[in-house]
Amino acid sequence: MPKAEHAPQRPGLIRRFIDSYGQSDREKKHSRRGSLVFHLHPPTLPERTLRLTLTWGLGGMGLVLFLLLALSGTLLLFVYEPFPGSAYISIHTLQDDVLFGRLVRNIHHWSANLLVVVALLHLLRVFFTGGFHDRRRFNWLIGLGLFGLVLAANFTGYLLPWDQLSYWAITICTGMIEYVPWLGPGLQTWVRGGAEIGPRTLLIFFTMHTALIPVLLVTAMPFHFWRVRKAGGVVAPPPPEGVAEERPPRAPSVPDLVLRELVAGLALIALVLVLAVAFNAPLAGEANPGMSPDPAKAPWYFLGLQELLFHFHPFFAVVLIPLALIAGLVLLPYLRYDTITAGTWFISETGRRTALVAAIAALAATPLAVVLDEKLLRFSVWLPGVPAVLSEGLLPAVPALLAVAGFRFWLNRRYQPTREELVQALFVLLLVVLVVLTITGIWFRGSGMALCWPWERGAVHGLTIFAGGP
Amino acid sequence: MADARKKMNRDAEPAAAAPSGRRGFLRTLWIGLGVVAAVEAVALAVAFLRPWKPKPGADAFGGVITAGPVDRFEPGSVTPFRRGQFYLVRLEDGGFLALSRKCTHLGCTVNWRADEQQFVCPCHASVFDATGGVLTAPAPRPLDTYEISIENRTIMVDTATPVRRDTSDNAQVTRV
Repeated sequence: MPKAEHAPQRPGLIRRFIDSYGQSDREKKHSRRGSLVFHLHPPTLPERTLRLTLTWGLGGMGLVLFLLLALSGTLLLFVYEPFPGSAYISIHTLQDDVLFGRLVRNIHHWSANLLVVVALLHLLRVFFTGGFHDRRRFNWLIGLGLFGLVLAANFTGYLLPWDQLSYWAITICTGMIEYVPWLGPGLQTWVRGGAEIGPRTLLIFFTMHTALIPVLLVTAMPFHFWRVRKAGGVVAPPPPEGVAEERPPRAPSVPDLVLRELVAGLALIALVLVLAVAFNAPLAGEANPGMSPDPAKAPWYFLGLQELLFHFHPFFAVVLIPLALIAGLVLLPYLRYDTITAGTWFISETGRRTALVAAIAALAATPLAVVLDEKLLRFSVWLPGVPAVLSEGLLPAVPALLAVAGFRFWLNRRYQPTREELVQALFVLLLVVLVVLTITGIWFRGSGMALCWPWERGAVHGLTIFAGGP
Repeated sequence: MADARKKMNRDAEPAAAAPSGRRGFLRTLWIGLGVVAAVEAVALAVAFLRPWKPKPGADAFGGVITAGPVDRFEPGSVTPFRRGQFYLVRLEDGGFLALSRKCTHLGCTVNWRADEQQFVCPCHASVFDATGGVLTAPAPRPLDTYEISIENRTIMVDTATPVRRDTSDNAQVTRV
């Protein structure tokens, strides 16, 4: 039988490869609908949610930074050796002998630190625009989990250079674990893989940093994005005063949203590159277990916690207070609110004012309390027979709690805020306290971790703001 | 009565009714087995990750370290042992103490200041006296000690497990 030469022409092998991408004729016809973009974004979205001042693009920035980290981290994996004898040398090899090695490390370092900042700002944006109510409640929890993972990733990566900064920062932070009642010492040995920080610790941190945490992040991130889409996109601002609209105007995702994302992403990458070219990731001398540097500081995002340790008994500083803060964050969406204002920054005019008042109060009171406690209060010396948990823990905690309660009482009388506004004001109060404590730890603690001015800290530690990263 | 109503409901909309009887029992069984499997998996993972004690080499940290003959250490002296990560203290009265170099606050390495006769932690400025007692907080308790044994007038220090103590007193001192 002769070949059917007169039959319609059949596509060649290469054509068939190319065509297989579009799968079916129907999909080819709607190729735009089938594209990957529409798994993440709806075809159209409320026009008002496009406004930059609503979201500042912080969630997307987090994703871009994550991608940068995955990319640069993969490159680092080709050079780095996770063993105490060679880890530090491999970092030097990377910086001195590998083409663009230092740049890749700097990109990883700056992306990692920026990610902590961006993730925190994103959390604040969602909170202050009321994007955590109703359908978004559970996504708030996923977001908190992601934030925890980002911190864990950053913290485990901190040890890997195995220099003096990383070694002693991890010593201090894992030292804090010991103060957890009952579980503490066991948990500490578990995290360190032994009594001391050694080869096992490095291997544990390396595996967490390069396998466990990335996998968890990659699993939780799409879940987080998907829930946003299921909630109908990001939280939308209400229509302007006096405008009654049946359906808010919508805009197409392509190109309106995608172009904006592209611009924001490219600008962010440019920023990271500029930082990476201009500022090197720090690297001190090789880790020396026999010599603690002075001062020895935790990674900057844990310096607020370390600062608490100077003012409260460890049980309060590393267990009770952090647990209370975490519990508060988790419960935020599940409190009973009389009104729910979503999509408006700071709820209302009263909300704006009360938040500002809370910020100013915390800004004024925290440094005062820090200096007062450092210079004057000596509860354990004044009350020698009393257990330290009471004299250094409960005793300073009571006035702190009373101050918060008093502030709340005064706020209620002065402004008559709604429940929503009150919760926001207290949130701002605690947030600013934490930020001030962190800043104190970073810039106002010098030799022996004594209080000092930033310009008195000495040149050696002048640039250790983001010390010891990847 | 309730069962009968359930049955009728099931006929009406089969998916909505809660399973009962054999079906319910089997479902409970599956869930139970699932929980048991999950607990097993977690327990195995924890056991797998549980830290083990590295076998100390001869005369290395974690084992028994020979510090030297008694007479080599003058009364009122402090000798650091890098290998064993401790300070051997000989008090004025001739007694010995092996002090861990780890600060009890957050685990930094304390330095001996001979001129002030003090151990000082560079991390958070805790200060200890020559016997390891706390002079200045934030350290919550005295420096840990290691057990000392004296054989043939030679000092041996067992660095396997540091001894925690709440106060520093004379009973902890080993005499010749």
